Amino acid sequence: MKILVAVKRVIDYNVQIRVKEDNSGVVTDNVKMSTNPPDDNAIEEAVKIKEAGKATEVVAVSIGEEKAQETVRKALAVGADRGILVKADGILEPLAVSKLLHKIVEKEKPDLVFMGKQAIDDDCNQTGQMLSALLNWPQATFASKIEIKDKKLEVTREIDEGLETIEINVPAIVTCDLRLNEPRYASLPNIMKAKKKPIEQLNASDLGVDTSARIEQIKVEEPPKRKAGIKVSSVAELVQKLKNEAKVI
Amino acid sequence: MSVLLIAEHNNQELRPFTLNAVTAASQIDSDVHAVIIGHNCEKAAKVLSELPLIKKVISIEAPHYENFVAENFAPAVIKLSNDYSHIICSANTFGKNLMPRIAAALDTSQISDIIKVISADTFLRPIYAGNAFATVKSKDTKKCVTIRPTSFDPCESSGGSAPIEKSEPSEEFGHTKFIKREEIKSDRPELGTARVVISGGRGMQSGDNFKLITSIADKLNAAIGASRAAVDAGYISNDHQVGQTGKVVVPDLYIAVGISGAIQHLAGMKESKIIVAINKDGEAPIFSVADYGLEADLFEALPQFLEELNKLNTIQK
Repeated sequence: MKILVAVKRVIDYNVQIRVKEDNSGVVTDNVKMSTNPPDDNAIEEAVKIKEAGKATEVVAVSIGEEKAQETVRKALAVGADRGILVKADGILEPLAVSKLLHKIVEKEKPDLVFMGKQAIDDDCNQTGQMLSALLNWPQATFASKIEIKDKKLEVTREIDEGLETIEINVPAIVTCDLRLNEPRYASLPNIMKAKKKPIEQLNASDLGVDTSARIEQIKVEEPPKRKAGIKVSSVAELVQKLKNEAKVI
Repeated sequence: MSVLLIAEHNNQELRPFTLNAVTAASQIDSDVHAVIIGHNCEKAAKVLSELPLIKKVISIEAPHYENFVAENFAPAVIKLSNDYSHIICSANTFGKNLMPRIAAALDTSQISDIIKVISADTFLRPIYAGNAFATVKSKDTKKCVTIRPTSFDPCESSGGSAPIEKSEPSEEFGHTKFIKREEIKSDRPELGTARVVISGGRGMQSGDNFKLITSIADKLNAAIGASRAAVDAGYISNDHQVGQTGKVVVPDLYIAVGISGAIQHLAGMKESKIIVAINKDGEAPIFSVADYGLEADLFEALPQFLEELNKLNTIQK
């Protein structure tokens, strides 16, 4: 079984987001970038499946600017066998990304495609579902547990009401929740080894996909600030304020 | 052209957030039709037809729709899509799972999780976990939009009588099989819809200490939340987690106890109407978003809080 894992380079989750003064987007210059957190879970799961002898190869793919190579390299350092970088400039919408991934799937013919359930930059939560629609494959979104059963997967999904379990036939798409596993850190020897693993470079423009923007981003603004509150000196004062001033209890 | 709303239900009843999605749909166009896809869901279809903002209900029933599998639902919606300019659904796990499958098949770039309708093609949506708001305009002829339910009021729920039209089911998708759903049952209000939420963080120091939170939650009829730190420390199960990677809550009253206020937690609660922070560290970032901050040891403050609540003659439920 071969697993393709899609990873995205995003602003690190610990960075305080700043909006550009001209409202054209958020500041990304000189900002720490990392792998989208649930994509780390996707890589971890694929590597664990391979270590359990149930997969033969793990291929990491990223789509984005040249620097997204670092994100692929990090996936290689935690156990992916080889990488693919699809170079593209500017912001790609999930529809365009899923079309590019569709081309990579046709070329690589994986049995499974894993990725994070959502990217923490645009918060779209679309790419995995879109790719599975384009391929007409089954989808298991928001996965918190995956069991491989021959040519089937049993997947537990995190849904609003609790947990749902489904069984899907391979080939399939799985989008990963943060609760799926605990991603490992790359060891120094593995980081060194990863430098020798191959990364194939492709240009999005060579893949015959229309990636032009369908959504115009008119402006990006700071969210409205909360007005400054007050400090209360005692529990009694707090309860009195909640009762008589805020009128919420 | 009209707007098609995908109803969320459990075959018996509508899920409450369907009403919020109807409000959002009606702000795009007044001609709102609703499709309900399920198995033996006549009762829920009837309730849907009584929402005054709905002009027509389309009901599609088949056994393979019983468990809301997106691979089965998407073709049913796509078949209807010709007559509509917009397809709308809530951005909860049901809609998040389903809508992109529809959008990709229609070659439409979906707009996720909107918090405001600016016009029929322009919407406001949070990005970076609510740390920025983007105004976006769709250039696609057909628009697939999911809405954040807590940003729209529920619509009027009675007085309407829309016609219910039956439509033919699509074929079953053979590669996905539903096995089971384990719903977390509780006597408390659901975290996502509760009027009052009280959350504990790492400052609680143990799972056992959460009983201090529980007794106040009982008194206020509140849902119980937690920070990621408290969940990671094993004090409480992860379905209580509020934040960027947990649930986003917008209650009338949010009480944060022993929570420092990491960016990722604030993203899940800072739109609450009134925020109370109880923390012994006066410099904790949680105080910057709190309407009322109490700098105190929670182990002293919580029993006092309960005592003060007990003194009140009436408490809003």
